This record gives sequence, C-alpha cells and structure tokens, in this order.
Amino acid sequence: MAAGQSAVEARGISKVFPGGVKALDDVSVTIRENEFFTLLGPSGCGKTTLLRLIAGFEFPSAGEILLHGLDIAHLPPDRRPVNTVFQHYALFPHMTVAENVGFGLRMQGRPKGEIDRAVDQALALVKMADYGARRPSQLSGGQQQRVAFARAIAPRPQVLLLDEPLSALDLKLRQAMRGELKTLQRETGITFIFVTHDQEEALTMSDRIAVMSAGKIQQIGAPLDIYESPVNHFVADFIGDSNFIEGAIDTIKGDAAVVKTPDGIAIAARMNGPHKAGDRIAVALRPEKILLGAGKLKGEVREAVYLGTSTSYVIALGRAVTLSVREANDLSGKARFAVGDTVKLDIPAGAARMLAD
Amino acid sequence: MRQPVGHYPGLRLWTALFFFFLYAPMVVLVAYSFNVNKLAMIWGGFSTRWYVKLFTTGGIGEAAMNSLLVAVIATCFAVAIAIAAALVLVREAGFRGAGLSNALISMPLIVPEIVTAVATLMFFVMLKNWIGFDLGLGNIIIAHCVFCIPFAFMPIRARLQDMDLALEQAARDLYADAWKAFRFVTLPLLMPGVVAGAMLAFVISLDDFIITQMISGPGTTTLPVYIYSMIRNGITPEVNAASTILIAVSTALVTVYWYVSRPKKT
Repeated sequence: MAAGQSAVEARGISKVFPGGVKALDDVSVTIRENEFFTLLGPSGCGKTTLLRLIAGFEFPSAGEILLHGLDIAHLPPDRRPVNTVFQHYALFPHMTVAENVGFGLRMQGRPKGEIDRAVDQALALVKMADYGARRPSQLSGGQQQRVAFARAIAPRPQVLLLDEPLSALDLKLRQAMRGELKTLQRETGITFIFVTHDQEEALTMSDRIAVMSAGKIQQIGAPLDIYESPVNHFVADFIGDSNFIEGAIDTIKGDAAVVKTPDGIAIAARMNGPHKAGDRIAVALRPEKILLGAGKLKGEVREAVYLGTSTSYVIALGRAVTLSVREANDLSGKARFAVGDTVKLDIPAGAARMLAD
Repeated sequence: MRQPVGHYPGLRLWTALFFFFLYAPMVVLVAYSFNVNKLAMIWGGFSTRWYVKLFTTGGIGEAAMNSLLVAVIATCFAVAIAIAAALVLVREAGFRGAGLSNALISMPLIVPEIVTAVATLMFFVMLKNWIGFDLGLGNIIIAHCVFCIPFAFMPIRARLQDMDLALEQAARDLYADAWKAFRFVTLPLLMPGVVAGAMLAFVISLDDFIITQMISGPGTTTLPVYIYSMIRNGITPEVNAASTILIAVSTALVTVYWYVSRPKKT
C-alpha cells in the first residue's frame, strides 16, 4: 500500500466511562500507513483510552474507528488485525517464550510448521532466538520487553499498539530500546501507534505526534513542528521549556509582528492565526533561542545554574518579565555571566511564537 | 529484631498442651484401631483384624462408596459454580447486587450447621410430599454441593483477584475468543486455586455429618453417619478402624492442598 494512505482513522470519537468521566471528547485523527505515530500527553489525557479503543478493550460512546476503511469500533479484540504491546508486557507466565510468541498464530489456527517458522523469525528479529525454551519469569525486564514485542508482531498485525512499553525499564535500557524500536518499525513496515507521557521518547522516535490533553488532541505534527511551532499554551508548556510572555500586537508586517508587553518591551514574533494590531496575545519563547551578550534588550541575571553542557539563567527584564534562558557553555566550560550581571539580550525574529490561547 | 517464639515464658508449655489435647485423642484412637483386644481400652498386641472385620461385615463398604460418590460429584458441581461465581464477582465487580451476592455465597460458612441441616431436611420433605421429588443419594449430593460452594469459592476468588487482567486482554488481543482465552490463559493460571478449592470442598463433603445425618435414609448412609451408628452399640475397635481410615483420607487430601496452594519459588 502506498505511503500516506490511512491505516487507522478515528472519527469523532468520544468515550464516557460509567460515573460520567469523559476520557475522550470528539477526537478525530488519521494515522497513515507505515507510520510511527505517537500519542503524547500527561496521565489522564485520554491517550491510553484511545489506544484501548483501537485495540478493542473498550468501545467508544460515539464515533467510528476505521481500519483501512472498515469500521472496527465495535468488534471484539480477537477480530481486529491489531496487536498490543502491554505496559507491563502481560506475558503468559505458564507458557515458554516460544509458546507466548506463537500464541496469536495458534489461536488463528495456523499450521504448526508455519507457527514455528514465524516464532523463530520474530524471536530472531528481537535478538532473543536462544531464549525460546525459557519461562518469562527467567528473563530480565528488557528481555521480557523484547518477547512482548515479538509476541505482538508474530501474527503480522496491520497495526501495532504500544502502551508505554518502555516505562518499566531503567533509563539506559530505555534509551537503547528507543533506537531498536524505531529500527524494528522500519524493518517490519508495520504501522506503530505508540503511547507515552515522555516527550523525549516521542520526539526521538515518532514520524508524527499527537499531543493530547483533557480528552482532546491539541496538536498533530512532526516532532519538529510540535517543538518549533506549538499552537497553544499547553503544547508549548508540555513539550520542552517555554517562556510565556503576554502583551498586545503592536505592528504587523506580513508574517512578522511585534508584540509589546504592558511595560513596553517589544518582542518580534511570527504570526499565527488571524490577528490584528491591538489584539491581546501570548507568545512562547524557547530558552535556548534567546541570545545573550548583544541586542537591544537589557536584563539582570537573577539565577545561573550550571547544567554541564549548558548554563540556565533566569533574567529579569524590567519589573514584569522574567525570562529563562539557556546558553551552551563555551570550550572552557564556564558560564559567561554571573548572578547580578547586567546583560544585553536579543530575541531573533521568528524565535517567539504566537499562541492561539 | 525478631525474637524466637520460645523466648516468651510459658509459651512452650501452652503450645505443648495445645498439641496434646488436639492430637492425643486421635493418637489413642489410631493406636487402638490396631489393638488385638475386643475390649477397647486394654492393649493386647498389634493386629489388623478390626480392619479385616470392618470390610467383611459389609455396610462400611457401601457407606464408603456413598461418601466417595457424594464427595466427588458435589466437588465437581461446587467447583464449577464457584469458578463461574468468582469470574463474575471479581471481573464484573461493579454490578448491582454484587455485594449481596458475595455475602450470600459465603452464607453457609456463617449459618449454624444444625440450622442448615434442619432446614434442608424440611425442604426435602416438602419436595417429596408436594411433587414426589426424592433422589435418595441425589438429595445428599445437592445438599453437599450447596455447602461446598463457599469452600471452593474462596481460594478461587483469591487467585483470581491476584491475576493481572492484562493477561486475559493479551489473549483476546492475540485472536483468542472469550472461551479460548478462558481455556488457555485464565483457567491454567487459576488452576492452583481450583485444585485448592476442590480439595477443601472434597474434605468438607467427606467429613460432613450433621446435614447428612438429617437427610440420609436407608441405602444412603455415608461414612461419618455409618461410624456414628456403630457407636450406638458401644465404642468397638471397628469404630476406631473406620475413623482411622477417615483421618488418613482427610490428611492425605489436606497435604495435597497444602502442596498445591503454597507459594512457588520462581
């Protein structure tokens, strides 16, 4: 199938749990064929609920879920060509690794020869070929993770759902597994839908990310778009660090505008949406985009925190605005400014981004 | 810091007394079942003649068969019902009347057995008078089945509560329909609880006297009822022998239960 074609399409999905909790509120999203798609958000944002709706563990209160054009929203999980890698793996403790991996094919009634071949293949793919006869309890967390992955891809699902699969691993292993997961996705060509609350995971692995909050999708886009062009306060705050500055639009020239704060600090910002001069607006500004040492603005260093590769400053501009600024350390490794210094600073055009809310 | 239990003064004595009063009567009973003497309380030497006599006089064989039949059938039904009940009460916990169901299923543990016995007797007498319903041994099986359910239910429920729901979801996700998920994942993982529950139910059924005594008639005598009827003619060595057999069977089953239900090292 051609790339770009939709694998999963959610249309107007709402999910209300008994007791009235609204986990998803009219969510629509299209996930493309062969895509590494990430649902990112804080706990309780609805990302896991959306995944469970696609898997078939829950059924939507409203809306449809199309898998290659067919509505699967009300099919039981065993009748969906979709498999899940569970957060805590959910390996069957009474079966060997090979039996676990072969379970899906066995339930599909495939012949034994085919099952054995597929199990060998799947275990080889996750570099666990020698572990087929072991029990899950004899494996480390990382190994169990690999087996869980092999079990989910052995039946060759059209879509693979991953529910925070790396969250139970320690940091080093988690970082190593990110690269491996990405490679596996490329090699198998299966569409991945990955749920995480970890923005670094999302940014490093995904083709596209849907940032979710309060049962709604806030923004969908490539990692670069999400980071560089957050549409609203939530996205700008949740992904990376941001300074938020409130003011009114002073002048507009094409795509460029100048936003003035109440005490007269002018900041160049890119336009986002239909605004006119005089509108009250908030802009988001990444700490590493602010340049120190030159420029029209002047501030006083209130804090300087050494972070190894960089130094993080808190700089006060006038009475009302404090900016967090991050600057890479130079060759000597030392920070250029100390608390109490007065510094010049520059906010390059395009560094600040207007927010929709 | 943990102190050895023996550290507390007098505890050893109490423990010894406890075990003495609990087991001494049984030891005496078992010992005298091998007594050659007819007079129960005078030791005359080792012999298995009372066992031989027990099995040749008849009655006991039939009673033992009845006991076994009742226990096996009642256990099977009780376990099946207990599994179904546990699945509903643990997995679908929120439904209306869940709390009431939980309480009702454990009721036989709380109601004095003599009350259940009299009630059961009246119930069966009524059934017989009104619609001629009388299954003989079947009546006993039905009664046993009912009071065995909570004993089978408890270990099964405990096991199910400890089981991760994601395991069943994983099975469903991997193309197992509801029955296959139960057959290949839930039931095997539930097995230690099922075996434990079955053992308990079996022993409870095998040992039951009060209810069985009420509803058993000619031809439907179970082992405990038979032993009781023997006592009416005085405590003979055969009573000791029959009791010893009952103790042996119960102990064997409880041992199996203990082995199955203890936590496994993994």
